[in-house]
Amino acid sequence: MMRRVVITGMGVTAPGGVGVSAFWELLTAGRPMTRLITRFDATPFRSRMAAECDLHPAVHGTTTRDTRWLDRYLQFATAAATEALRDSGLNAVEEDEWRVGVVMGTALGSAALLEQNYVVMSDSGAKWELDHQYGSPHLHLAWTPSMLGAEIARLCGARGPVHTVSSGCTAGIDAVGYAAQLILDGDADVVVAGGAEAPISPVTVGSFDAIRVTSSRNDDPEHSCRPFDRDRDGFVLGEGAAVLVLEERRHAIRRGATVLCEVAGYATLSSAHHMTGLTTDGRVLAVAITQVLNQARLGPTEIDYISANGTGTRQNDRHETNAVKLALGQYAYSVPMSSIKSMIGHALGASGAIELVASALAIERGAVPPTANLMAADPECDLDYVPDTAREHRVNVALSLGSGFGGFQSVMALRRPDSRGVETSRL
Amino acid sequence: MTVAAVITGVGPVAPGGVGATEFWQAISAGRNLLARITRFDPEDNPVTIAGEVSFDADELIEHRYLVQTDRATQFGLAAADLAMADAMFSPPALNPFAAGVITTSCVGGAESLQRGLGKLWRCGPDHVSPYQSFASSHAATTGQVSIRDTMKGPCGVLVTDEAGGLDTLAHARRAIRRGARIMIAGAAEAPLCPYALAPQYSARMLSESADPRTAYLPFSHDARGYVPAEGAAMFVVESAADAAERGSRPKAVISGHGATFSAVAAFDPSGEGLAMACRKAITAAGCRPEDIDVVFADATAIPTADRAEVTVIKSLFGTKVPVTAPKAGFGRAYASSSALDAAAAVLSLDHGIIPPIPALAEPIDELDFVVGAPRRAELRTALVLARGYGGMNSALVLRRPDH
Repeated sequence: MMRRVVITGMGVTAPGGVGVSAFWELLTAGRPMTRLITRFDATPFRSRMAAECDLHPAVHGTTTRDTRWLDRYLQFATAAATEALRDSGLNAVEEDEWRVGVVMGTALGSAALLEQNYVVMSDSGAKWELDHQYGSPHLHLAWTPSMLGAEIARLCGARGPVHTVSSGCTAGIDAVGYAAQLILDGDADVVVAGGAEAPISPVTVGSFDAIRVTSSRNDDPEHSCRPFDRDRDGFVLGEGAAVLVLEERRHAIRRGATVLCEVAGYATLSSAHHMTGLTTDGRVLAVAITQVLNQARLGPTEIDYISANGTGTRQNDRHETNAVKLALGQYAYSVPMSSIKSMIGHALGASGAIELVASALAIERGAVPPTANLMAADPECDLDYVPDTAREHRVNVALSLGSGFGGFQSVMALRRPDSRGVETSRL
Repeated sequence: MTVAAVITGVGPVAPGGVGATEFWQAISAGRNLLARITRFDPEDNPVTIAGEVSFDADELIEHRYLVQTDRATQFGLAAADLAMADAMFSPPALNPFAAGVITTSCVGGAESLQRGLGKLWRCGPDHVSPYQSFASSHAATTGQVSIRDTMKGPCGVLVTDEAGGLDTLAHARRAIRRGARIMIAGAAEAPLCPYALAPQYSARMLSESADPRTAYLPFSHDARGYVPAEGAAMFVVESAADAAERGSRPKAVISGHGATFSAVAAFDPSGEGLAMACRKAITAAGCRPEDIDVVFADATAIPTADRAEVTVIKSLFGTKVPVTAPKAGFGRAYASSSALDAAAAVLSLDHGIIPPIPALAEPIDELDFVVGAPRRAELRTALVLARGYGGMNSALVLRRPDH
């Protein structure tokens, strides 16, 4: 019998609140959390804004040891994983630990920590050969983002495949997609998956400044990220984490878990065009959407909601709009599609996972979050982007889109449990 | 019916050997290729010996890729070229959407990150390069290979520390089983820059010996940690049917893989997770422990980790299976170390020869270590072992295609 993958638990750490409830409240209120950066003095930079998380470690499941030793993105992930595990009701002790895996995504991992240490060790960049004695004690762990997977595995007692995905801005979707494949292929029965990122540091801001992909609307941070708007001028950095508990469907049913939704399809392709640029036609993303629909055995008109990548750059929003039109034809104009990055910014490798949580919530709660700050749409962006206010809307199938540097285009379909009796084809 | 995924091309870029022929010559002769670091001045460092790749980037990499890539990605681009040439495949594929790339590394574009940080902090934000946002990314190698060779199919980037080389091969097989026709998979790593190395000194895993001949002695009573290295290994993976159709000779079948996690970082002394990874891989390959003809060991030369690995090999296979670790001759290239081991295993199956551990005077246990000289043997099935520092274990079973 074909294996199927369901989601039984979710947790999120995002700007504006920790936990699924606070997150959903923020999204449905349409409240942008983009502000001037407080994490460091951003005065010399072109873009000085971000959506920052306000995490109180002790309140959100991290211990004193975690706060002392874990890098910021790992703290976000720990809080989100703790919530997701609680939500799923999974009892690690009752599981075969070798059948439980972890796949987490991040783009930059500990880059901010590496930067802070570099400044000390190199005497503000003066030296090429570095004095290793000035580095913090566990700094060797910072180079490999695999620490993210390892940390979450320790938290949930997983001893099966523990992998970290670092495909840049699609890492969050890719981690969940890879996790689903592990379950379908029989390599694990439960995989805790998601993404985490804490990128707000001078080197990240500086590298995005250098290619002018971030917004410079520093005089109006709250309205700086304007996906699909005529006056959009780039994305705004975010940070956070989201974790989902994926299970083989029968495994979930056997232990009496509440099934939130099913992973119905996943694809990741490369546009093989440019490391940071996109083609306007959106063809590769369209192919990815079509592949996902075929896997899920869904027709275009069965999609009820699209969670857009919607970064708010000139290129992305047109690319994505055209991709959706190519893949869905005339129906593209009828399906609500919104970008929550308008509110919580772009948390790079975490955003795909955060947006999957938003999509799953749309299915569960029968409403779709809005695109904030959409005042006057770009004439070339002419779909239904759910401007400014959340909308009540029954969602059986949600599509989550991601697109990132390197040319990666990733798509995942989530489906209401048993909204249709067909089995997932190979995902 | 599951599709058999085969390796039709191998592209190693290693100290002592760029390309399958040179690499095989170096490792089968058991040459020691370790030397004093020249990439930067190691005078004040506790670690001074490494395995460096002798590599003419200008000759191997097209200029427009050269200027925007880290040394690690340059290794990866060259290794992908070599693997495709070895497989007699010239991109683009007939259907670009059926060709994908999956790569791994531990430290990504570390040297580019160090340079970028230097520019930012020394000269200010206006001096940050437009390539900074992606050159140091772990995703850069997959991205650049897919762009250069027009591969629009399933692409990915996995990070599982030193185990990554094996995990990407398993992932390539997943993609083939889901309908991809050709996958480029492997690892690329260039950690020999001051900032990538400096944080490791306090962890005390790197050999501080200044004598290249005795710096990296896995499974020896004199083991004192590993010697870091740089390099890459890429593979062409395709379905057996596609390889046959193209007339490309399969060199090995990816037959079984197992991945587990040890919650103890820095190479769990119990070896429990590694043993389970082996059992999973062997079961998945549909074979028995006695079918394994050679083991390519992880061989960290960290005494507790060597001991754990020996215990695992002994408990699963007894003392009769030949065990080797050619990396003792050229160093441990982080994520590329397991990819280069897999390359060595493929070449070993193909030649019917086990490349040796260059030197092992006083082994810690009585396993059948292949030492000093290559050994001719009837090789049908090879097992490659890898452990990541963070606790990831991986085991890969490769078989000669006629079995």
